[in-house]
Formats: sequence, structure tokens, C-alpha cells
Amino acid sequence: MVARPVPFATDPIGPGEPTPITITVNGSSVTGVLGQTLAGVMIAADVLAWRTTRRRGRPRGAFCGIGVCFDCVVDVNGQRDVRACQRRAASGDVVETPTSAASGDQ
Amino acid sequence: MVVLDRGAAVSATSSAGEGNLLVSDKAPGPELALATYSLELWRNLPAALAEELDGFTSIEFDPKGGLVVATNADESAGLARLADAQRAAGVRAQSVSVAEALEIEPHLTPSMTSAIYYPDDAQVQPAIAAEALLASARAAGARVLVDTTITGPLRDAAGRLEGVTTNHGTVEADHVVVAAGPWSGEVATQLGGTLDVRPRKGWLLVTTPMAHRITHKVYDASYVGAVQSDSGARQVATVIESTASGTVLIGSSREDVGFDSSVDVAAWGAIAARAVRLMPTLRDTSIMRAYCGFRPFSRDHLPVIGPDRDVAGLWYATGHEGAGIGLAPATAQLVTALLLGEPAAIAVEPFSSFRSTLAKVA
Amino acid sequence: MTPDVLVIGAGPAGLAAALAARRVGAVVVLLDASDYVGGQYWRHLPVTRPARNQSVLHHGWSNFSAMRDELESDPRCEIVTGAHVVAIDGSGVHVLVGESDGTGRERRVIRAGAVVLATGAFDRVLPVPGWDLPGVFTAGGAQALAKGERVVVGERVVVAGAGPFLLPVAASLYQAGCRVLGVYEASRTSRLLRHWLARPWELLGTPDKVGELAHYASGQLRGRVPYHAGRAVTAIHGESRVTAVTVSALDSSWKPLAGTERTIEVDAVCLGHGFTPRLELAIAAGCRLTRDRFVEVDADLRTSVASYFAAGEITGIGGVDLALAEGAIAGHVAAGGAPTDVVLHRARRARNALGRFAARLASAHAIGPNWSTWLDPSTIICRCEEVTFGDLLSVSRASRATGLRSLKLLSRAGLGPCQGRVCGRTVESLLEARAPGGHLSGDATMDRRPIATPIRLGELATWFDGPDSPDESLR
Repeated sequence: MVARPVPFATDPIGPGEPTPITITVNGSSVTGVLGQTLAGVMIAADVLAWRTTRRRGRPRGAFCGIGVCFDCVVDVNGQRDVRACQRRAASGDVVETPTSAASGDQ
Repeated sequence: MVVLDRGAAVSATSSAGEGNLLVSDKAPGPELALATYSLELWRNLPAALAEELDGFTSIEFDPKGGLVVATNADESAGLARLADAQRAAGVRAQSVSVAEALEIEPHLTPSMTSAIYYPDDAQVQPAIAAEALLASARAAGARVLVDTTITGPLRDAAGRLEGVTTNHGTVEADHVVVAAGPWSGEVATQLGGTLDVRPRKGWLLVTTPMAHRITHKVYDASYVGAVQSDSGARQVATVIESTASGTVLIGSSREDVGFDSSVDVAAWGAIAARAVRLMPTLRDTSIMRAYCGFRPFSRDHLPVIGPDRDVAGLWYATGHEGAGIGLAPATAQLVTALLLGEPAAIAVEPFSSFRSTLAKVA
Repeated sequence: MTPDVLVIGAGPAGLAAALAARRVGAVVVLLDASDYVGGQYWRHLPVTRPARNQSVLHHGWSNFSAMRDELESDPRCEIVTGAHVVAIDGSGVHVLVGESDGTGRERRVIRAGAVVLATGAFDRVLPVPGWDLPGVFTAGGAQALAKGERVVVGERVVVAGAGPFLLPVAASLYQAGCRVLGVYEASRTSRLLRHWLARPWELLGTPDKVGELAHYASGQLRGRVPYHAGRAVTAIHGESRVTAVTVSALDSSWKPLAGTERTIEVDAVCLGHGFTPRLELAIAAGCRLTRDRFVEVDADLRTSVASYFAAGEITGIGGVDLALAEGAIAGHVAAGGAPTDVVLHRARRARNALGRFAARLASAHAIGPNWSTWLDPSTIICRCEEVTFGDLLSVSRASRATGLRSLKLLSRAGLGPCQGRVCGRTVESLLEARAPGGHLSGDATMDRRPIATPIRLGELATWFDGPDSPDESLR
């Protein structure tokens, strides 16, 4: 595992007890911590890519992490075009990345 | 042949429109004749340009057809009358049932009252098309001078125009054709001519790329009224269509505010409010961009194609309001025929710069 | 409430502006799109993740906490988080309040006596072959994940680009447990020394800044994170994610030197080549820009538009202390305080000293003119629309167009969801260099975005409150 959470027990900031949450990403369960964004949950689980690009079908995930680049957009609970790095994750969130916006013609 | 532009070519009206090639919004008369002729020319252009300009981006010509939708009884009656008159003039205008309309455009509101399908309406990417035409002109020997502003006329002793002065020196020419869109009136005045063409501002909204395409050009029937309107107050009529890249263009507004390009969210709101009425399922679509442009408006809604009344050597190809891209190839043919003294393919008199309907009201 | 002063952006500049305005007695509204204040600089964990000692991740945390606490407990300062400013027009500042990219968010139109724009900046990243692979992050993005999420982007990481900001990013990653294999600064040591140390007396007024940089360079990172000047990541490798980078030595124009390439196995790459100011709201308000495209301000941080002020990174990249000083001046004057008030003396001194320091950092780390020689024709330039360097070259060559609007539409560069925020300046400079005559015509710019953040069509529909179109009868 390469991308990962900072280990809770040894984190110098002295975090309180984290509240685990589970979201679904394209059908798979991913576990994170309450307070993380959707992108944070996925990256902490070493999921670096969660959609494919419209024209070339290339894998993409987060790039700028601060809402500028729109690389990380997902559908959340049926809501389209949500920047995963800007949306706090809630337990039970269903994240889908229809290759959709996508797969139209060139 | 020299093409002058005071900024970059294709940087104003030509790159701010939807690329409408329409017959549906035109009542029988000279503009419909011009549009019909122009559409014939457009159909051959994509292949001709692609062959001539190796490696040039596609102009995205798409003969997708237009669907005009009425949402109340008054609109339905008006639309039916218009379609009857158009059919009598040779336009293909097919009445479709609400069920059929929903089948071909599922985003439409089921509460529409009627719809007419116009198979000949088409779309083009206007900026790419204009650049392709310019590249073709260059290949034929035209010089293109950008960042070049006209400062006045060059006249011979008899007063005939024989060129222009610019911020980069003089440009001599046997003929000067003003095709400066909404700025044509100003340019004409600078050159001693008489032309009443003014700007009509319009906004368009652009969505993020969508999976589901809107496969036709879709209008609400009030669009047909708005393009014929004399009012300077803001009007909004809905035009919705997908582009080749998957975004959806949503228009459009029309108002007389001079060349004021400042943001006005009320115009966006008005466009959005009508659009969600016509296509309720677009409610949750993200709008990522808005852009505005200025249409060249002439008071009787007809373009001005032909010579100036007084100044020999001064010609006009302008005043097409929102239909400039669509009417461009036919306009070019007519101007060329007039310049060369050859017969034109259709009647040119209705577009004369000194027709009575352009005369200033006292 | 109708504020005397509206502050847009709650990073260091905005917080300082709000405080200064309050101290003059103004009623203040402070907006930020995030769900807490602090901006990118003091990005931290949300309240749902309490921690005893977050200050170890930050510089100036106690100052931040004090500012935040004072504003939060002040009934005459309304802090609105989740405030997404969509547009500015003659009728006011148009805001959606609610979730980022939500639906049905609350609309607010704010008309204020004065507006302080403190919208900040984001990382500029120059394209590199392979930079679109998962595992490549902006330097600021990697730091945001470390500070705001406690997530590290990889185990073996390199940090590359230009500018002093690479150092705190490397420190954040190191502190979070990454192996930072190297920091690669494209500017060469000779240039850094020439500009950093050219006029040492100018640094006398900026002890904190020098201390902070020295702290990184010699203290915290020394012996743990190798720092290499005059080197760049010139290619990034991998199939479905990053597996390695090529690092090359550069000449002074940032052209890679043949034969110096070295491959390093990594699982994440953090890139930053300076910053791009967030200008869309300033442009919408009509504010004039400087030649190097920041918001033009006078000594009191007034923009060219009456009652609009600007502070922080949108007036020039200068770091936190300069942002705080500018915010303090802007907020004070915007609230009607006298520009000559003694309370501003400290901020003015700081601004004078730090402004010079920032200018020197900018020249020390300026983007080299030949950076684009590390591109290959298949390198993605516009990430959204997947426009390659080769696409741009062929569009420019085939069309000979000189207008940015045409070139954008011909190539689709800058037309995607980010609206050219990531690629805009790169596309402009690459096209400019290849345009007939060596420059683009007209005044088009990628920075003009009348819609500053996306809005749902249905939300926009509720913004319609005038009479409908006349619905003329058909003819």
C-alpha cells in the first residue's frame, strides 16, 4: 500500500478517535474516516484513479486537491459533476463514475 | 484581396454564436430565399474545405435537423400557421406528435402542445468554419492583416473609394466590402457611407460535457417571434443543442445595450428559467461557462448586401443579426456577383442598403 | 445583513482584512467556499476530526487561531462558509451557499459598501510527458491531502518544480511519513544565489520569511530530503499509475541537458512551478490587471474599480506575511479608516519589505523560456479535453490563426470543465510563441470566466426574477 492514511496512533497531531465510514465506489466498498472528502477516502485506500477520460479512456483521479482542476469529478448518490476533493464523504455515499460523460463520440 | 481586422480574425461575433444554419425560424420572403440558397452552399463546404485544407480541424457541420416546440395553445397556433406558410414556400416542415417529439428528444417537457420538425436545419462550429474559410482565402492569395484598424477612406478626385487608411498605413483597393458585423455602421460612417446596423447583445450558457446528447437543435416556439422582434428590451427564447464535444449550448437572450459586454446574471437566470421549462431534466446539469456576443441588427431584420447609395466602391455584407454564419456563403456569392456585374443566383434587391424599410423614421 | 465590507476568501489576506475592517467598526461579511476558514495556507482538519496539536503542521497557527476566534465570536462579523461566489455584476455579488457542487443551494445577493477580493492562487504546473497519470499531484494538492485529510499520496515521492513553496510541501510529506526522495528545483543554484542574495539588506525587514525558508532548507529537511537545484522531472512513467520519473539537469533556460537523465522509481510525484492567481472575480468586477496579470492595486490596495480592494496572492505571489499585511491595509481602508492611520504602519513597513522579497523570489524562480523542450508531441497539455502538444502545433500551423478564441475552439484547449485554470497560461504561451508574428492578437484571455464556479441550471433558473420575455405572437 503506497497512498495511505497517516497512522492514527503515531500521528504527532494527537488525533481524537476517528469515526470510520464506508462508501461505495463503482460497486466496491471503501472505508475511510468521517471528515475526509470523497477523494481523501479513496486516496487513503490507495485508489488513485476512479474515472476514465472522455476521449482517450485514460485513468484519472485527483490532481489539484483543491477544487481547481475538475479531474476528480464523480457522481455521488445520483448527483452529477461533483468534485470528489471538495465533497465531505458520508457513510453510505454511492460514488459512481460513469465512463459516460464520456464515451460519447469524439 | 486583403482582409483587415482590427483585432484577431474571428474574435467577436463569429466566435460567439451557436453556428445556426436555419430555415425553421424564417417566414417566407427574401431571407428564407437567402437561407435556402445558403444551406445548399453549406452542404458542399465541409467536404470542399476538408479537401482543400489538409489537416484543418473539422468545421463540425451537422445536418441534425431542428425541432421547434410549442408549449401552449397560442404558440401552437402560431407555429402551425408559420409551418403552413413555410411549406407553401417549399420548406420541409413536418408536424410531429408530442409522443414522437418525446421519442426523438426525451428531455423535452411532456406538457408541450405541439412540435414541428425541420429536417434541413443544420449546425456548424462557427469559429472553426470562419477560420477555415479564411484559410481557404489565404490559400487563394488573400492577405490577412490583423490588429489593423481603419482610420478613414482613400478617395480619388471624383470621390470614388479606392482604399482605406489604417493604423498600419494605407491599403488600396478597387472595392471595399464592409463585413464588420455589429461594428459595420461605424465603419461605414468612417468611409462616408450610410448604414444603420447596431448591436444586439446575446448570452449563451454552456454545460459540462454530458453523456446524453440532444440530437437536434431544439427551440421553443417563441424563438421564432424573438428573431423577428423590434424590441430593444431583453427577450429570451430557448435554444438548446449539444455540440460535438458533448457540451450543451443553452440560449439565448437578445437586448439592446450597445456594446456593453458586462455580466448580467438576470439574463442568465431568464435563459435558465425558460430552458428548464422546455427540458425539465436539465435542471441538475452544471453550467460551466457563459459568454456573450453582439449580433448585427438592422431595423427590418434583413441583411444588407450590395453597394452604398452614395459612395462608389463601398459595399456591404452585413446586418444578418443572429443568422450571419448561416447566411454567409450565399452573401459571399451575391456580393461577388454584384462586384463583378454578373447575374446573382437569387434576387438581391431586397437586401439593398437603400431599400425603403431601412429609411430612418423621421 | 448588508455589510459595510464584504471580504471574499478567508485565507490569510481575507482574515486579516475582515479583522482590520471590524476594528474600524465596519459590519463585515466574510465568505469562503470551503467549510472552514484558513484558506489553503492554514488548511486543517474539519471539526469532525478533532486533534490536540494540529499546530505542529502549521506556521503561525496561534496567529490563525486568534484571528479565527476573534472573528467567530464577533456578532458584527458574519462568516459564511460553503459560500460559492458565482458571479459579480452591477446588482451585487451573487453567491450560492451550500455544498460544493450541490443542487438547490441557497442564493444570496450581497451588496456591500466595499468589497475586498482575497481569492488567492493555486499551483501552476507545467506539463511533463506522463503528468496525467494517477499518482501525479500538484504540490499544493499533496500538501492539502496531508494537512487537511491526514493522507499521504505515496511511499516514495519526489517533489519538483520551482519556487520556495516546494520546501514546505516536502516538509509536510516528510512529516506525514513519506520517503521524499528529492526536491528538484528547476532554477540553477547560480540564479538562486544571484537573486536571493543580490541585495541582502532588503532581507533585513523580513526576518520571519527568511527564518521560515532557512528553517526548511537547513533545519527540518537537512540530511533527510535531498535538495537539487537546476534539475527537473522531465518525464513521468507508468501505465495505470506512476511508477518512475526521469530527472534531468537543466541549462539556465530550463532546457534539459542531454546525457544527464536519471530514472527514479517512485509511486507519487508532486509538481509546482509557481502559482496562478484566481482572477475571475476581479475581472468580473472590472478590475484592471498588471502586465504580469495580477490585480493592479495602489498603496492602499484599491483596485481600479471604486469600492473594490484586492489583497494577498491575487496582487502578486508573496506568501503569508505579505498577504496578512495587505489584508490589514485593505480591510482598514475599505472600512473607511484613514490610509495614514498609525495602526497601519507596521503592515505598511512589512508590505514594503516583503514586496521586494517577493519580487526577488519571483525572478529567482521564474519559468525558463525553454521548458517546453521537454514536451513531446503526445504530451497532454489540456487535461480536461486531452489536447496534446502536437494538437496545438498542428492547429496553429494549419490555421495560422492569431486569436485565442479561434485557437481554443480549433484545438478545444481550455474548453473543458476546469475552463483553462490548469492549462490556460501554458496554452497561451505555447500558442503565442508559434503564432505568425510571434504574438496573439486581440485582448482575449483564459482568465475571463463570467461564471466563476459551476452552477446547476435549475439553481440559475431561480435567479430569474424579472418579467419574462414578451412572448410576441408569431409571424
